[in-house]
Amino acid sequence: MGNLVVNEKNIVIPGEEIANGMDFLPSFGTYRDGESIIANRLGLVSVRNRVIKVIALNGVYMPQMEDLIIGIVKDVGFSGWTIDIGSVTYANLPVGEAVRDKVELLKSDISKFYEIGDIIITKVMNVTKSRIVQLSMRDHGLRKLQGGIIVKVVPQKIPRIIGKQGSMVGMIKEYTKCDISVGQNGFIWICGPADKMNITKRAIKLIEEKSHISGLTDKVKEFLESESK
Amino acid sequence: MKRPDGRKPEDLRPMEAKVGVIENATGSAMFRIGNTIAIAGVYGPREMHPKRLEDPEKSVIKCYYDMYSFSVPERKRPGPDRRSIELSMVIRNALEPAILTKEFPKSGIDIFVSIIQADAGTRCAAITAASMALADAGIPMKDLVCAVACGNVRDTAVADLNKEEEDVELTTDIPIAYMPRAKKITLLQADGDLTAERFKEALKLGIQGCEQIYELQKKALREKYQVSGEMIEDKD
Repeated sequence: MGNLVVNEKNIVIPGEEIANGMDFLPSFGTYRDGESIIANRLGLVSVRNRVIKVIALNGVYMPQMEDLIIGIVKDVGFSGWTIDIGSVTYANLPVGEAVRDKVELLKSDISKFYEIGDIIITKVMNVTKSRIVQLSMRDHGLRKLQGGIIVKVVPQKIPRIIGKQGSMVGMIKEYTKCDISVGQNGFIWICGPADKMNITKRAIKLIEEKSHISGLTDKVKEFLESESK
Repeated sequence: MKRPDGRKPEDLRPMEAKVGVIENATGSAMFRIGNTIAIAGVYGPREMHPKRLEDPEKSVIKCYYDMYSFSVPERKRPGPDRRSIELSMVIRNALEPAILTKEFPKSGIDIFVSIIQADAGTRCAAITAASMALADAGIPMKDLVCAVACGNVRDTAVADLNKEEEDVELTTDIPIAYMPRAKKITLLQADGDLTAERFKEALKLGIQGCEQIYELQKKALREKYQVSGEMIEDKD
């Protein structure tokens, strides 16, 4: 017979025992040692039927297939681009996935499509076993972003910044009239007049900092109202 | 036997731990034991530089130990010296068995530890702070690592020596790093002579001390995230 040592949604520390007995199965963020299941990272315990996992509270972005993310072009290669996506390693965007027409690589310079420093909104096409990340631009809405600034936040706090059905980000857009694109990787692109961009940036930082406070929406609303006078 | 600061042989100095002290780091922590203060910051896992040192199977851990020039009574020449380069290696070797490096191939994890006040036991304080910072950064680890020095002063086994005791003639200083759940020792050094019997006594006191530090580490890590716990709860 197995039983839980730690309750669900409690915080666990690496090396802490979550459950013992063979009735439970270890999943993400846990490992089995003998009879017991041990957390291997700091986070919240989640139990679904017999599967135990730990939801991380901090850390770098781990790419997953079909994620919509924002990246910065770091290098232009012979047949593709190297993109900084705020993850463990840089990602790769091949020409074939970025440009619709056929490109003669030997005759043309692909930096006419994307230059170093360009901000793009892109999609994770594939993540290989050895963690090579392939990006793609073949979907609607995926494009180069002109102008604007990038704000980086902890990727685990993205759900709070978006809010329920995009309520939080929608409210910021309404008050500041800025264009905002939120990438799953924790990069947020903001475009608008300089002073409005500054307010938006501070509002996002406020959400990141106080993401645990209840009634966060009201707090942010108050901040935006006082700033937009 | 009376110790200079009136402690019993098994007592540790007063301790304090805090998590999340450096804003720009992925994870950070401060640990104080007596008059020794260590601040650790963890950056990454991130792109490995220099590129030729990257490992396609696991992430590479780099550690920088630095003692500030004002940390000791006599001004220390700033910058890395022979001692701090060796200690960087010692700290890295003590932490590496706990970190699951295979989760992030081709990456590098940078650990920076600064000693802003030194009163013996700096490498142990550095390991304790760095392991909290690693956990705060969300890096997968088998276990936390806690460390404390023990030793043999005037033919008595004691835990957590301070500078005064360390400077006594014929003192042996034994820093220990310990993984409390796995019950494994990841660092054990000794400079000086002592009998096998004294060594066993000292080791026992050291491990007891590590268990105490472990409780403090867990408390400090929980404190930072306790409030954030609600965050996920009202999302469902």
